[in-house]
Amino acid sequence: MIPAPFDYVRPASLDEACRVLGEAGDGDGDGEVKALAGGQSLLPLLRLRLAYPSVLVDLGRLEELRGVHDRGDHVFIGALTTHDEVLRSPVVREHAPLVALATATVADPAVRHRGTFGGSLAHADPAGDLPAVALALDCVLVTASGAGGREIPAAGFFTGYLETALEPGEVLTGVKVPKLGDGWGFHYEKFHRTAQAWAVVGVAAAVRIDAGAVAQARIGLTNMGPAPVRARAVETALRGVTPPAAGAGGGHDPVKDACAWADEGTSPPTDLHARPDYRRHLARVLTHRAVRAALP
Amino acid sequence: MTEQLDAGLVARRIAGSDQVGEPRDPAEGREVGRARRRREDARLITGRTRWTDNIQLPGMLHVAFLRSPMAHARLTRVDVSAALAMPGVVAAFSGRDFAGEQGSLPCAWPVSEDVVIPDHPPMAVDRVRYVGEAVACVVATDRYRAADALEAIEADYEPLEAVLDMTEALSDGAPAVHEAGNQAFTWRFSGGDADAAFHDAPVVLDRTYVQQRLIPTAMEPRAVVAVPEGEGFTLYSATQIPHILRVMLALTTGIPEHLLRVVAPDVGGGFGSKLQVTAEEVLGLLLARRLGRPVKWTESRSEGNLTAHHGRDQIQRISVAAERDGRIRGVRVDLLADMGAYLMLVTPGVPLLGAFMYSGVYKMDAYDFTCTGVFTTKVPTDAYRGAGRPEATFAIERAVDELAAELGLDPVEVRRRNWISREEFPYTTVAGLTYDSGDYEAATERALALFGYDELRAEQADRRERRDPVQLGIGVSTYTEMCGLAPSRVLGSLSYGAGGWEHAAVRLLPTGKVEVVTGTSPHGQGHETSWSQITADALGVPFEDVSVLHGDTAVSPRGMDTYGSRSLVVGGVAVLAACEKVKEKAKRLAAHLLEAADDDVEFADGTFRVRGTDQGRTIQELALAAFAAHDLPDGFEPRLDADATFDPENFSFPHGTHLCAVEADTETGRVAIRSYVAVDDVGRVVNPLIVEGQVRGGIAQGIGQALFEEAVHDTGGNLLTTTMADYLIPSAADLPDFVTDRTETPATSNPLGVKGVGEAGTIAATPAVVNAVVDALRPHGVRDVPMPCTPERVWRALARSRANDGGTR
Ligand SMILES: Cc1cc2nc3c(=O)[nH]c(=O)nc-3n(C[C@H](O)[C@H](O)[C@H](O)COP(=O)(O)OP(=O)(O)OC[C@H]3O[C@@H](n4cnc5c(N)ncnc54)[C@H](O)[C@@H]3O)c2cc1C
Repeated sequence: MIPAPFDYVRPASLDEACRVLGEAGDGDGDGEVKALAGGQSLLPLLRLRLAYPSVLVDLGRLEELRGVHDRGDHVFIGALTTHDEVLRSPVVREHAPLVALATATVADPAVRHRGTFGGSLAHADPAGDLPAVALALDCVLVTASGAGGREIPAAGFFTGYLETALEPGEVLTGVKVPKLGDGWGFHYEKFHRTAQAWAVVGVAAAVRIDAGAVAQARIGLTNMGPAPVRARAVETALRGVTPPAAGAGGGHDPVKDACAWADEGTSPPTDLHARPDYRRHLARVLTHRAVRAALP
Repeated sequence: MTEQLDAGLVARRIAGSDQVGEPRDPAEGREVGRARRRREDARLITGRTRWTDNIQLPGMLHVAFLRSPMAHARLTRVDVSAALAMPGVVAAFSGRDFAGEQGSLPCAWPVSEDVVIPDHPPMAVDRVRYVGEAVACVVATDRYRAADALEAIEADYEPLEAVLDMTEALSDGAPAVHEAGNQAFTWRFSGGDADAAFHDAPVVLDRTYVQQRLIPTAMEPRAVVAVPEGEGFTLYSATQIPHILRVMLALTTGIPEHLLRVVAPDVGGGFGSKLQVTAEEVLGLLLARRLGRPVKWTESRSEGNLTAHHGRDQIQRISVAAERDGRIRGVRVDLLADMGAYLMLVTPGVPLLGAFMYSGVYKMDAYDFTCTGVFTTKVPTDAYRGAGRPEATFAIERAVDELAAELGLDPVEVRRRNWISREEFPYTTVAGLTYDSGDYEAATERALALFGYDELRAEQADRRERRDPVQLGIGVSTYTEMCGLAPSRVLGSLSYGAGGWEHAAVRLLPTGKVEVVTGTSPHGQGHETSWSQITADALGVPFEDVSVLHGDTAVSPRGMDTYGSRSLVVGGVAVLAACEKVKEKAKRLAAHLLEAADDDVEFADGTFRVRGTDQGRTIQELALAAFAAHDLPDGFEPRLDADATFDPENFSFPHGTHLCAVEADTETGRVAIRSYVAVDDVGRVVNPLIVEGQVRGGIAQGIGQALFEEAVHDTGGNLLTTTMADYLIPSAADLPDFVTDRTETPATSNPLGVKGVGEAGTIAATPAVVNAVVDALRPHGVRDVPMPCTPERVWRALARSRANDGGTR
C-alpha cells in the first residue's frame, strides 16, 4: 500500500502541463509520466504497485479545466469538475440529466468530492459509469497538447481496457455534452452488489417518443466488454415500437423483445461478481428496465 | 454563530451527552440498566488516542515483510543483500537468519490424540505453504524505504502443487501439505443412540452446507511496536489477548515472562482476528532484540486480507431423522474443517466450539458428531465472531426449515414442536450442556408480532399466486449459543491449554475515586462504560468517579482477555466480586470508626450506617481514613482494595428469534432485505445501548456472510479478494433498519444474571437470511443457494432448477 517512488510536479498553466506530460512520455510501461486529477483511480493503482509512473503531473491548479458551462447547443463540462460539482450543477440537471443520473451512482460522497468527470473518462475503466453515458450521448472529448488540440468523438475515444485515444502529452480539457432537445427521457440502470461497489453491468438509456412510438433510442452499456459499447441492435429494434401502457401487465411487450438484443456484439468479462452468460442475461433485463424507466 | 467542526468539538459533543436514558427501575440500581453512551467513544471516534500505529518512539525503525507469491513451494534461495544496499535500510533478514531462535508459532488447543501440530516458523525457512507467508523482512528508517527495499530481495521458489479443496486434500495421492499428510485430526462426539434414532425414521433429511471462507475485516489493521526497554521488552500490539500473548511469547521467544510487558493500546475491532499469536509479533520482538531499537510494523488492508487468519471454511453434512409430525429424533453431523496451512492459536478448537450446538434449542434423543480437520495451502483459519457456533446454528436452523418444507409445515410450528419449553429449564441437551434458563416461546411470540408474520405470509402467497417476478421469502432463526468462555474444567476436558476464569481488581483511592483493573481486553465493546456502571452501583459512587484500566500486563497483571462473548459474563462478574470484597473491608473499617459491631452496620447508597441511627461514614470518607491509617482496626492494612477472580460454573446461553423478509428478484437474482426483526434474550442488561450496538453490528456481520462475503482463491491458490473492492462487506446503505427488542430471563449461572451478547447477532442472522432467500425461491424448485447468496448464485440456482424441471415452471 505504499507507492514506488515518483516525482511530482504541479504546473500553473495548461501549456506547462502539456509540456511536462509530453517530455518523458513514451506512453507505456515504467517511467511513464501521468496526469493526476482526483487521484481516485490512479492512487490505488500506485499504492498496489500496479503502476510505476516516474512523474505525476498534478492538474489541480488548472482552474480553466474546472466548471460547467452552457454553450448553446451543448453543455461543456471541464475535465477537472468533480462528480459532486457535476451533480450540483443546474445546467447539467436541465440539459444533461443522464450525466447527473449516472454520476449519482458513482461510488460514495467522499469519492465524488475528489474524483473528476474527465478523470473517469480518461481512465476508461470498463466498470466506470460515465464512459457508457458519454458514448450514448455522442459526447465530444476536447483535448490540448503541445501540438495543439483535438476534438475526439466518444465513439473513437474508448479504444480498449483502460485505453483511450489520448496521446502521450495530451490533456483532456473538457467534454461537450450535446443537448438532445425535447421529447427525450433518460435513465441510468446500475446493477451492483453493494451501494459503494462498481457496476456489474450498467445501462445508460435515452429515449425519444414521438406520437406514442419510440422515435429514437441511445443506449450505452457499462462493463459488457473491455470498453463501453452502444447497444445498436436494440436502438434499431426499438425504432417505431409502441411501448405498452404502464401497468398493462401480461401480454406481449415489444420493448422487451427489442431489448433482448442488448448483448449483441458485446464481449463481457469474467470476474468475481459475474461470468459472461450472466452478464449477457443482465444486459437484456436491465436494458429493458432502463428503457422502460427512460420513457418520457 | 456556527461552531467550527473539529475533532475536539466532536469529542466534547459526545462527552457532553452521555446520558440518554433514565434508570430502568430505580429499585434495581442507579446505573445497571441505564442506556449510557460509551465513555470511551469520544477518544476512539476522534482518533485522539493510542492506536498502535499512532505510537512514535525515538529511533524507531520500520519493518516490511516480503511475502510468498506461491501457495506451495520449496524456498530454495533468499538473498537480501541488494536490499541492504538500498537507502535507509538498516537490516534485512531471511527466515534462515532466524532459524535458530524464531521457534514455532503456538497452537494452544491440541484437540485430540491424533492431532498433528506442524512446525510453524514465523518466517519460512525452506518451504512456503500459503500465498502471503513471510519469507524475508527489511528494517528501515521509514516504512516507505522498507517497502521499496522489498523489491530488491531475490527469492527463488520451486513450485509444488497447491492443495485447495478439502475433499481432494484427503484423497489418495493428494500432494502433502505436511509430511504427516493432510489430515490434522479427527474428533468424535455423541449423545444418545443415533443408530436407533435413524433406524426406521419416517423422515430422514440429508443436506450439505458450505461455510465459505471469511475475512474478519476489523476496522483497525493489525499493528505491532516492539521496544527493548532495560533488561526486557515491551510489545504493543493491536491484540485482543495481551495476557495470553505475553505467556505465549515468553514460551516462544525465550524472553523471560517477567521481563516482557505486553500492551494492547486502544484496539479497533478484532472479531477474532486479533485472538492470535502472530508471526509479526514474534518477529517484531526478535528484531527489537537483535537491533536493540524499537521496531514497528503496520499491515495494509491487502496484507491483512492475505495474512491475518481467516474464519469459517467448513463443509457440513447434516442428517436429521424425524417423525412425520416434525418432531426430531436425532441429528448426525459430519464436518470437514479447513485448517489452512498450519494450526494457529485455537485453529483446531473452532469446530469443537460448535460441536455442542448442533442440537440448537431442540430436544432430541440422539446426536452424533464427527469432525475432520484438513490442511490446505491457504492462510490458516481460526476464531471469527461466533467461532464454531454460527456454523452449527446455520446447519440446524437451515435443516429445520428444510424439514418444515419437506413436511409442508410452517417452520415456526416445527420449531415449537421441538424446542425446550419454558417449564423445562434447566435442561440438559443431547450434547450434554445444561441450558440454565430461557424462554423461546416469549421471544418468538414477540418477534412474530413485531414482524407481522401472518401478514407477510399472506403477501407471500399472493405474490406466488401472481407469479410476481419479485418473490417474498421469510426466514426464521430460533438460535441459542454457548458463550461466556468458559468454565476452566470444561476447557481442560477439551484439551485447551488454559483456563476460562477472569480477574478484576478494585481500588479506592484516597480521594474516594475508584480504579477498576480488568483482565478483559476491550477492542470496541465498551467495557470502560459497563464496568463503571457495575462498580458505581456496587460501591454507591458516581459513575464519573470510576476509571477502568485494562490491556497492559504491567497494569493489569492477570487476565484471560476478550473473545467468546465472555467479558461481561466472566469479567464483569469478577468486577462485581472485587467490589463486594472492598465493601466488606470498608464495612469493617466503618464499624471500627463508628464503634459498632460489624453486623450492626448496613450499606446503602455509598454510606455505611449503624442500623437504626443517623451515624454513618461515606465510602469516600472511609477511603481517606484507610489511607491516613490513623485509626484502623487491628491487623487492617491501610487500603481499601481487593482482587477477585471468577470462574464460571457453566456457559451462558443467550437465545432469541430472528425473522428476516427478503425480496428476491427472480429476473436478476438480486436479493434485498425488506425487514429484519431480532428479539434477543441476553439475560439481565447492564447497558441497553451497548447491547443494541452489539446486536446490530452482529446482524450486519451475519448478513455479510449470508449475502456478500467470501474469500476467493484462484486455482493456483492466490487470494483474489485482497481489497475491499473485491471482498464486499455490507455498509449501512445496504442494510434495512433492524427492528430489535428483548425478552429477559436472567442467567442463573452468575450473580449479575447476564448472558453474552457479542456474537449472538452474527450467529442468529446468517441462517435467518439464507432461510428467507431459499423460502422466496422454493416455488421455483430451489432448495438451497450456497453462501454468499450473490445475485449470480441466485440466478444460477433458478436456472438450474428450471432446467431440471424441463421448463414447466
Ligand atoms: C472506492 C471507489 C469507488 C469507486 N466507484 C466508482 C463507481 O461506482 N463508478 C465509477 O464510475 N467510478 C468509480 N470510482 C472511480 C472514480 O469515479 C474516479 O474518480 C474516476 O474513475 C477517476 O477520476 P479521478 O479524477 O480520480 O482520476 P485520477 O485517478 O486522478 O486519474 C485516472 C486516470 O486518468 C488520467 N487523467 C485524469 N485526468 C486527466 C486529464 N484531464 N487528462 C488526461 N488524463 C487524465 C490519469 O492520468 C489516470 O491515468 C471509484 C473510486 C473509488 C476510490
